[in-house]
Amino acid sequence: MVDLRYESPETIEVAVALLAAEGQMARVFAGGTDLLVQMKEELVEPALLVDIKKISETRLIAIDPDQVRIGAAVTGAELGENEQLKAMWPGVVEAVELIGSAQVQGRATIGGNLCNASPAADSVPALIAAEARAVIAGPDGIREVPVGEFLTGPGQTSLGLGEFVTSITLPKPPEHGGDAYLRFIPRTEMDIAVVGAGLSVVLNPDGTCAAARLALGAVAPTARLVEAASEIMVGNKLDDTVLEALSAAASETCSPIDDKRGTIEFRTKVAGVLACRVAKIAWRRAENN
Amino acid sequence: MNNKDSAGTNFKWVGKRTRRPDGPDKVTGRARYGDDMIVPGMLHAKILRSPHAHAKILSIDTSKARAFKGVKAVVTSADIPDHPLTKPPYGPIITDFHDISCNVLAREKVLYDGHAIAGVAATSERIARAAIKLIEVEYEVLPHVLDPLEASKPDAPVLHDHQYTHGVDPEPEKPSNVFRVVTGGRGDVEKGFAGADIIVEREFSSQPVHQGYIEPQACIATASEDDSVELWTTTQGHFVIRAFCARLLNMDMARIRVTASEIGGGFGGKNNIYAEPVAIRLSQMTGRPVRMVMSRSEVFRATGPASGTHTRIRMGAKKDGTITAAEVDIYNQAGAFKGSPVGRSIETFFSAYTIENIRASGYDVCVNRPKVAAYRAPGAPMAAFAAEGTINELASRLGMDAVDIRMKNAVREGDQSLSGIKYGQIGLLDVLEKVKSHEHYSAPLGPNQGRGFALGYWMHGGGLSSVSANLLDDGTIAVATGNPDIGGSRSSMRVMAAEELGIDIEMIKPIVADTGSMGYSHLTAGSRTTFATGMAVINAVREIIDKLRALAAKKWEIPVEEITWEAGQAETGRDGIKALSLKELAGMATKMGGPIAGHSEINAGGAGAAFSAQLVDVEVDPETGFVSPKRYTVFQDVGRAISPDYVEGQIQGGAVQGIGWALNEEYVYDDQARLQNTGFLDYRMPVASDVPMIDAVLIEVPNPNHPYGVRGVGEPPIISAPAAVANAVENAIGITMSSLPLSPPKVLNAIEQGQAEKD
Ligand SMILES: Cc1cc2nc3c(=O)[nH]c(=O)nc-3n(C[C@H](O)[C@H](O)[C@H](O)COP(=O)(O)OP(=O)(O)OC[C@H]3O[C@@H](n4cnc5c(N)ncnc54)[C@H](O)[C@@H]3O)c2cc1C
Repeated sequence: MVDLRYESPETIEVAVALLAAEGQMARVFAGGTDLLVQMKEELVEPALLVDIKKISETRLIAIDPDQVRIGAAVTGAELGENEQLKAMWPGVVEAVELIGSAQVQGRATIGGNLCNASPAADSVPALIAAEARAVIAGPDGIREVPVGEFLTGPGQTSLGLGEFVTSITLPKPPEHGGDAYLRFIPRTEMDIAVVGAGLSVVLNPDGTCAAARLALGAVAPTARLVEAASEIMVGNKLDDTVLEALSAAASETCSPIDDKRGTIEFRTKVAGVLACRVAKIAWRRAENN
Repeated sequence: MNNKDSAGTNFKWVGKRTRRPDGPDKVTGRARYGDDMIVPGMLHAKILRSPHAHAKILSIDTSKARAFKGVKAVVTSADIPDHPLTKPPYGPIITDFHDISCNVLAREKVLYDGHAIAGVAATSERIARAAIKLIEVEYEVLPHVLDPLEASKPDAPVLHDHQYTHGVDPEPEKPSNVFRVVTGGRGDVEKGFAGADIIVEREFSSQPVHQGYIEPQACIATASEDDSVELWTTTQGHFVIRAFCARLLNMDMARIRVTASEIGGGFGGKNNIYAEPVAIRLSQMTGRPVRMVMSRSEVFRATGPASGTHTRIRMGAKKDGTITAAEVDIYNQAGAFKGSPVGRSIETFFSAYTIENIRASGYDVCVNRPKVAAYRAPGAPMAAFAAEGTINELASRLGMDAVDIRMKNAVREGDQSLSGIKYGQIGLLDVLEKVKSHEHYSAPLGPNQGRGFALGYWMHGGGLSSVSANLLDDGTIAVATGNPDIGGSRSSMRVMAAEELGIDIEMIKPIVADTGSMGYSHLTAGSRTTFATGMAVINAVREIIDKLRALAAKKWEIPVEEITWEAGQAETGRDGIKALSLKELAGMATKMGGPIAGHSEINAGGAGAAFSAQLVDVEVDPETGFVSPKRYTVFQDVGRAISPDYVEGQIQGGAVQGIGWALNEEYVYDDQARLQNTGFLDYRMPVASDVPMIDAVLIEVPNPNHPYGVRGVGEPPIISAPAAVANAVENAIGITMSSLPLSPPKVLNAIEQGQAEKD
């Protein structure tokens, strides 16, 4: 039985020092919607919780000329209320807004969703599709990693001792760009993705595809970029041939497990279906931008 | 005396939408549920549970846990009396105290993942949780079996070496997981099938489902030095809890006083004892109150569920739709201990129909899962799933309308159920006619949509109820029942008392009294409370009225026969005598003879049958197999809706639970038979946005055996829901669906196989 301590530092430096000193037994505490559940179920038994919500950098949404910075401890509800961000990266925002219920939305953070590193985390495929990067503070200063590389396995990240994510950056959305996220759950809410698909696309002035990134969640140990998607889409319009190829490429990228949430066969099939559906939505958004 | 006309037009309160008496406290959070009780000096208890589905317990060493700082006591099965096995003849429901004892704390064997092994009481819940991990249990893991059909095979791992199948000839020589075979029937099925123009033969399977009450089990036991115990618990029947605990622990019943907390749902799942005896023993050992609250995961692993089933069914019909014969075998899983509701399944299959030739066999099968508990119309939804599915196929093969085929075969007054109960005034035809004339029945459907229909039958119970009504000298009345209020019984009791007395409902305060204050009252279950306890309320209040008439007679010095009770006052036809109101009489009572109270202790009979038919439209996503219910109408004979808001609530809740049963609810085990989805995140009950508004069409064919015509309403609405939803999916995708749940992977597979067969 471990006695639990709680700290809520106001600066990145103090947070890093606390985390580094406690080592493995420390946990960053953001919204707690994953962490507290895991503690109640006795899956983790930390000795120290470092609440990062008093650190101002983690709570800001900054829309700079060349990029968007979202503090790691910004909640789903706050993202959903930010009209400017919603217009720029609707897919990322809709992914984060799918997390939980109204109550969970008020607590759950984008950084927590990323760092919890669930293969089914909703924000992650959308973030990968959008080429998001995680900004990491640690004993050696600040570093940045693309989200796709940040996640190394189920529940595992590339964070080292004393490190935590301070913010997530997104590029400024390109002209004629659009993104979207869709997930499949057997209910309509309050469930965990059986498959998630995030896609961002940029169109040429002639209406063909200039660039595309498709990422899938819940179909592999970590969210996966469908490498072939770009090749399939670039230079083409979104016709049936392209959709069929996209669907096949999505299914081929899957290496899921059978578990309580879905079967291998089902996940593989539905990944293809969602890839097409999400492509259509992102494409329509790009056409309107 | 106050017999209202059968159309109900004279009612003052019955049928009105009144403010609920339990509403404000529930909305403000003041209502106290199981875990809201704090007693000074209390200890916190936790239970160690088996990680194995089937294993011998070789040894239990509790010494490290006992030595842990803050631990006050540890209890194992050695501290709970064992009881002999129940011997035949067996009734329809078996309450076997050997089984109960072994379920409360495992003895030689653990029989399912989550089976309780030991309890620890400590100064904090955290310490208790840490201490149970220090208990060392040595197991010999045995092979397990989860499926009732598999468990019935001769080479299946056997749970109980002492169990030989009952009700088969010749008597078996080897122990078996099949506890008994229950049979039912009438006529000559072979002859019946010979006379059929068409025969449908199918197999159906359904999965166990949990009752899914929001409030986990919770209790506090306080034992005194004089061998008495006070128990606070969330339950559907505190009198039953008292009886079970006293019998199990060899205590005098009168020494256990049980108070029922507010209850956050039960649906049959809170009819039993789990942690209560453990908390009592820990309190006796420590001399301190002991509080025990289950986590959601413990609730899923160790309480409930309803049986999973496997059914083989065969039905034959003539071209005109007359069903000539029906034959069924159902394997009903009981969980770790005997006692699935297989008898009720058999009763339910065909009792709505006048089929002349029937043969039914039901197998009560033990498997390595928690012991099943009652769940809304126990045994019926799975039976209806098979029977109604088969009738729908008969209808479609005959090119007949789904309602018409049921009308053709429907039971009427004077017909008999399979168990031989003769129907009195029933509303089946009224229900079916209402379906046909309803706009939903012929409303257009969109693409990928299908409509389903099914009928549910249920024979309600009455039983033992006690009521005590006390008139106070300001004219208000405290009406105490012994039935926990799950579905709005306090409101209905108040309405019936006010109606009978002819006074404002606000003059009546309904309460649920503890076991020390009242006569025995059976469970709030089986849709019996408004019927049976309501009848006792009416009796008790009539006794008050009689006493008030006598009081008025004394005051006026005229014979009591001349005094009538109308609109809340005593009246006489004589000139010059002014009527006396209830309030005036109440004020006089203490000075003119003493306090006035009425009470009633009854065994209510004649609850009768009720029928619920359901129409549902679903839309199926052909690419993912996702099923979305779009429109839902329930048509139910409710006898008399005392409180229509609650009646509709019961119907809506029942239908939604049935939708969950049909679509996504199931237990997921790993290869070691450890339960994987022990929370609401992964045990997929419907959430609000999953279901459309459930429209309730109330049909009132009064039950002649109740003063106001009440029938039960809580159970029928779940019965036909799985069958109706499955039928709607079948109609949307054009493929028969026989295995629940109709989860997206299963539906998608069916669609793809259907396509492959077409190509
Ligand atoms: C009812 C319910 C429904 C849910 N539904 C969904 C859903 O639909 N989709 C979905 O994806 N998830 C869902 N979740 C999971 C959870 O809500 C999300 O993952 C949420 O985004 C986590 O954020 P948080 O701020 O609560 O994280 P926390 O619980 O505070 O933290 C999660 C983990 O990340 C670590 N961490 C947090 N922030 C940082 C940081 N900045 N740097 C380093 N490490 C950090 C913590 O130490 C912890 O290990 C649900 C949870 C619940 C309880």
